[in-house]
Amino acid sequence: MNLADYKDVFVFAEQRDGKIQNVALELLGKARELADANNEKVVAMLLGKDIKSQAQTLIQYGADRVLVVDHELLKDYMTEPYTQAITQIIREQKPSIMIIGATTIGRDLGPRVSARNRTGLTADATKLEISDDEAHEFRMTRPAFGGNLMATILCKNHRPQMSTVRPGVMQKMTPDANRQGEIVDYAVNFDEKKIARVKLVKTVKEEKSVTDISEAKILVSGGRGVGTKDGFGKLEALAKELGGEVSSSRAMVDAGVMPADRQVGQTGKTVRPALYMACGISGAIQHLAGMEESDLIIAINKDKYAPIFSVADLGIVGDLHKIVPMLTERLRTMQK
Amino acid sequence: MNIVVCIKQVPDTTEVKINPVTGTLIREGVPSIMNPDDKGGLEFALQLKDKYGAHVTVITMGLPQAEAILREALAMGVDRAILLTDRKLGGADTLATSSAIAGALRTMDIDLVITGRQAIDGDTAQVGPQIAEHLDLPQVSYMADLQYDEATKTFTVKKQLEDGYQILEMQAPCVVTALASAVQPRYMTVSGIVTAWDKEVEVWNADRINVPEEHIGKAGSPTSVFKSFPKQLKPAGQTVEVSPEEAVELIVNKLKEKHII
Repeated sequence: MNLADYKDVFVFAEQRDGKIQNVALELLGKARELADANNEKVVAMLLGKDIKSQAQTLIQYGADRVLVVDHELLKDYMTEPYTQAITQIIREQKPSIMIIGATTIGRDLGPRVSARNRTGLTADATKLEISDDEAHEFRMTRPAFGGNLMATILCKNHRPQMSTVRPGVMQKMTPDANRQGEIVDYAVNFDEKKIARVKLVKTVKEEKSVTDISEAKILVSGGRGVGTKDGFGKLEALAKELGGEVSSSRAMVDAGVMPADRQVGQTGKTVRPALYMACGISGAIQHLAGMEESDLIIAINKDKYAPIFSVADLGIVGDLHKIVPMLTERLRTMQK
Repeated sequence: MNIVVCIKQVPDTTEVKINPVTGTLIREGVPSIMNPDDKGGLEFALQLKDKYGAHVTVITMGLPQAEAILREALAMGVDRAILLTDRKLGGADTLATSSAIAGALRTMDIDLVITGRQAIDGDTAQVGPQIAEHLDLPQVSYMADLQYDEATKTFTVKKQLEDGYQILEMQAPCVVTALASAVQPRYMTVSGIVTAWDKEVEVWNADRINVPEEHIGKAGSPTSVFKSFPKQLKPAGQTVEVSPEEAVELIVNKLKEKHII
C-alpha cells in the first residue's frame, strides 16, 4: 500500500427512507475541518434509491463532491450491498480518511467494511484532529473502559483511516446555499448472490410512549424546590422548548409528585445528557452520583450553599419559579 | 445444529473507581465478569439447545484466567469450551482479534456463530461483524430475538434499531450479535457447577488456528494507541447571585456557547 496514493476525507451520508440523517451533516462539518487542515477535499457517499435530489444538501453542509450510488439494492440499509458499494469506492477512489455515524447502521457497516479492506476502525470517536506538527497525523480520541479513560488512536500504515462518531458529538456547518460542488453518478457492480443471503422481511417503526430519561439528551430536572405538580408544569414547558425531558430528584418521587421512572440518582437512573438543568435540587451525594457526568450542568437554587453548585458549570442563586418561566418565554421568542 | 458462542472476560466497568487524588483508574479489586451481551448471546444458544438439541461451544480469546467465564458457561449448560490463549495474540485491536477468532472458527463445522453486540470495556461492537466478514458469512447485528425453522435451516432474526426493529431471514451458516437486554440469562445450576469442574476446557495456542502471523496480535493490528489518559475532571464552574433577567441571559449564552440552542 502506497500511503501517498490515498487522499481526501470521505463521509458516509446515512439516509433513512430517503432522508439524510443529522449525523451525516455533523460529520461533514468535522470532515471540512480535517480536509482543510490537509488541503484535501470532502467527499460524501450517498447510497440509496431515488436519492440524488438530496446531494445538493450535502454540498451546502460542506461536501466538495458527492458520489451518488442509486440502486434498488440500496433502498433500505442492508449490510452486504452497502459493504460492496463502499468497498468498490475505497478501491477506486482511495480515501485517506473515512468517517461514519455510530448508529445501528454505521456500527454494522463500519466493521464489515474495515475487515473487507483490512484497515483500522476506531469506534465512537469524540474528537478527530490532524496533528499540527510535521507528520499531519490523523488522531482519533475515544472513551474506553466504560467512559473512565480516554484513548487517542492512530491508524498509521493502513488506509482508509476509519472512524465512527456518535450522533450529536460534532457540529454542523451553517448551510451555505451558494457553495459549489460536484455531483457524480457512481455505478457499482454488485455480487447479487452474496446479497441474497439475508432477506429483509419487514421494518417496523415504533413510537416510544415514554422516553427513557437515561437516553434523553436534555433533562430539566426538579427537586424539593419545585414542590408541586404545578411546579413541574413549568419545568415541562421549558423541557418542551429545549426538546428535552423532565426528570426528578428522589424527594419528589417519594412525595408522589413524580413517577419512579423519572428519578435520577443512585437509587434511580444514571444519566449523562448534553444538558442537565437542575431546578430546586440541593444535590445530595446520591443525586450527584447519578448526573455529575452530564456534559453541561446548569443549577438554579435559592440556597447558595447547595452542594449542586459544586458540580454545576453555571450556578444561579435565585428563584426557579421566576427564572424558569422567563427562560421558557425567552427561548420561545428566539425560535420565531 | 452446531452453535459457537464467542465470549469475553471483561472488568465490571460499573465497579471501576477513580482515585480522587491522582485522577487515575483504580484497577485493583475490580471484579471480572462474562461480558453481558455475550451472556445474552449464550442464553439464545442454550435455548436453541433446549428446543432442537443444538451442540453449543463457547470460545474466548484472552489470558489464562479467562477460563473462569468458560467454567461459568459450562455450568450454564454448554457442551464444549475453548480457551484461545497465546502471547502471539496479545496487543490485538479488533481486526486482529477477529482474525484470530475467525481462524479458530474456521476449523469447526458451524451453523450459527453468536457474539455479543459489544463488550463493556471497549464498547466497539466491531469484533462480531468482523468475524462474519473473515468467514465470509452473512450477519445480523443488534439481535433482539431469534427463531429457527428446522425444515429450511432458516433463522428469523429481530434486529433492534433506534426507532423500531427489522425482521430478517438468513440461512445457516451465519453470524448474529446479541443484545443483553433482549433475554434473561439462566443461572448456573448446582449440578452444572459441580460437573463444570470435571469438564475439560480446551486450551488452544496460535498454532491451532492457521492464521498468518501478520494478521494476529500487534502485527495484525492496523490501529495503535498513541496515548491514553484519564477523563479530565470538570473545573469548578461559576455560581452567581443575579436578578432573574440576568440569570436568563447567562443561561441563554451558556446554551449557545455549548451549541444546545
